[in-house]
Amino acid sequence: MAEAQTLESGESAAPSGYADTRTIGGPILSVENIVVKFGGVTAINDVSFDVREGEIRAIIGPNGAGKSSMLNVLNGFYKPRSGKINFAGQSFPAMDPYFAASNGIARTFQNIALFRGMSTLDNLMTGRMLKMKRNFFWQCLYFGPAQKEELENRAHVERVIDFLEIAALRRTPVGRLPYGLQKRVELGRALAMDPKILLLDEPMAGMNVEEKEDMSRFIIDVNEEFGTTVILIEHDMGVVMDLSDRVVVLDYGSKIADGTPDEVRANQDVIDAYLGVSHD
Amino acid sequence: MLYRETGQFKRNYAADQQLFPIFQDKILLGVILTVALAVIPFVINDYWSKAILLPFMVYSFIALGLNILVGYCGQISLGTGGFMAVGAYSSYKLCTAFPEMNLVFVILLSGGCTAAVGVLFGLPSLRIKGFYLAVATLAAQFFLIWMFNKVPWFYNYEMSQITAPPREMFGFLVSGPQASPTAQYLFVLGFLIVFTWIALNLVRGRIGRSWMSIRDMDIAAELLGIKPLKTKLSAFAVSSFYIGIGGALIFHIWLGTVEATEAFDILQSFFVLFAIIIGGLGSVLGAYLGAAFMALMPVGLKVVLVDGAGMAVDTAKHIEIMLVGSLIIFFLIKEPHGLARMWQITKEKLRLWPFPY
Repeated sequence: MAEAQTLESGESAAPSGYADTRTIGGPILSVENIVVKFGGVTAINDVSFDVREGEIRAIIGPNGAGKSSMLNVLNGFYKPRSGKINFAGQSFPAMDPYFAASNGIARTFQNIALFRGMSTLDNLMTGRMLKMKRNFFWQCLYFGPAQKEELENRAHVERVIDFLEIAALRRTPVGRLPYGLQKRVELGRALAMDPKILLLDEPMAGMNVEEKEDMSRFIIDVNEEFGTTVILIEHDMGVVMDLSDRVVVLDYGSKIADGTPDEVRANQDVIDAYLGVSHD
Repeated sequence: MLYRETGQFKRNYAADQQLFPIFQDKILLGVILTVALAVIPFVINDYWSKAILLPFMVYSFIALGLNILVGYCGQISLGTGGFMAVGAYSSYKLCTAFPEMNLVFVILLSGGCTAAVGVLFGLPSLRIKGFYLAVATLAAQFFLIWMFNKVPWFYNYEMSQITAPPREMFGFLVSGPQASPTAQYLFVLGFLIVFTWIALNLVRGRIGRSWMSIRDMDIAAELLGIKPLKTKLSAFAVSSFYIGIGGALIFHIWLGTVEATEAFDILQSFFVLFAIIIGGLGSVLGAYLGAAFMALMPVGLKVVLVDGAGMAVDTAKHIEIMLVGSLIIFFLIKEPHGLARMWQITKEKLRLWPFPY
């Protein structure tokens, strides 16, 4: 048997002959009975799930199912009406964006949210914001401690640039880059934060097959090489089934299934949610 | 060797991140500084000082400050005139209350006072954005000017017009009617050089990036761990600090006597805002180019029209207004991102010249 089975959940999504050397740890982040409402609309209704350290966790569901809202709850942009979030050994009624960022939750957006007027390098350096501590006085002087810190972080950012193969775009303002590369730079900005947990909101939306393959490769590499936990929203079922270890399925704000890709694929509720049911 | 980055290789990150990566830029800067420090002080006279160099330098300083707020942090402000008045009046109060205090400290402290006022009027920026914030800062403009006119404490219960008392630096008079143009010029130049350097350091480092991230996409910035209120208020503070120093310099050095409604009215706010829009938002060079355009163009046109073409002074004034207006329109159509961007594009073209593909 060449196939190493280290996944706790038993079944690996990887094709046979591929050695999965990752170790999946215990739950690093979990949500319990989260409810999010906007006025009278219930965006998320009583959803609970957990994310294990080192796994790729996918959240799928039809449009409007509450997937992006769920990510917004996880990094503190939305405050849930009830329920709690367990993270970093503590339990919160709502996450604080600053706490989330400083404890290693990074995120990309469905509609690219890069700093359009800044160069690729500056965008990635902004991802290092929390790692830079020098105060205003040293920033005014620049030379000395602030420069040292700047160069250390630059070296780190350069590793991310190498990893994502965007060295040629360093000085280009990101507003001028094509869509696929902007998505990649946005991933780079999140990676520059040294995240423990990476929230990816449709990283492959609107990409062609080659770009999707590139992006998939980057996500797998991040997960395997750096051990980063990935929470992924994606509509391309092929990608989701290939990449993820476990999948949560949301529909109209409620969780309808949770399990390995194969379990989810065979779940009748999921099939009904995606294909519809005949009411006769 | 041509003026371009091509072929000027950098071997470490420190060299890559220097302020002037192009070798010729350093030479150019050296020449400018030599002329400014070693030639102009010896040839300057009263006309050049009061009509050309002082306005250009002071408005560059103020434009630099406003550009930090509007260009880098993306918070539109129309309160510039009011903040200049805060700088002028607080330096007047400090100067008269503590006659022994060195003028440099007086001006720096009045910058600090203006920074505090700026932070106060910057508080609404967390809730309101864009044009609405512009209207809120307009309130600052009208309130502050009204206050300096109506509260006699600010002008020491004398006339509402305040006059700068004579002060010395290193034994040379720099403020008051007897001050020599050379001393005044060098005094302002010192401020300009030091604070331009500080502004360059701020905008290329962590703080500058946090300002720009708030400008470009505040939601994403927040999720990277940038605190929006703190960042916006720091931009208001730094910007008002510069504008306050600028106002104090206008009062002490350039004009000597000011009256709040005349010297710091709403037109000043627009003047500086136009300067940075024409010069280039989000660029230190743009602040200089914009200030040069707005402050020097009228003087240049007057010289050409009155002295050169022999026109009557008031005819020339009207033609000047029309010409400046149409030049603003021309530049904004030609390059909406300002003169600094034109320079940037020229540099990019030179990279491949003479064989662009």
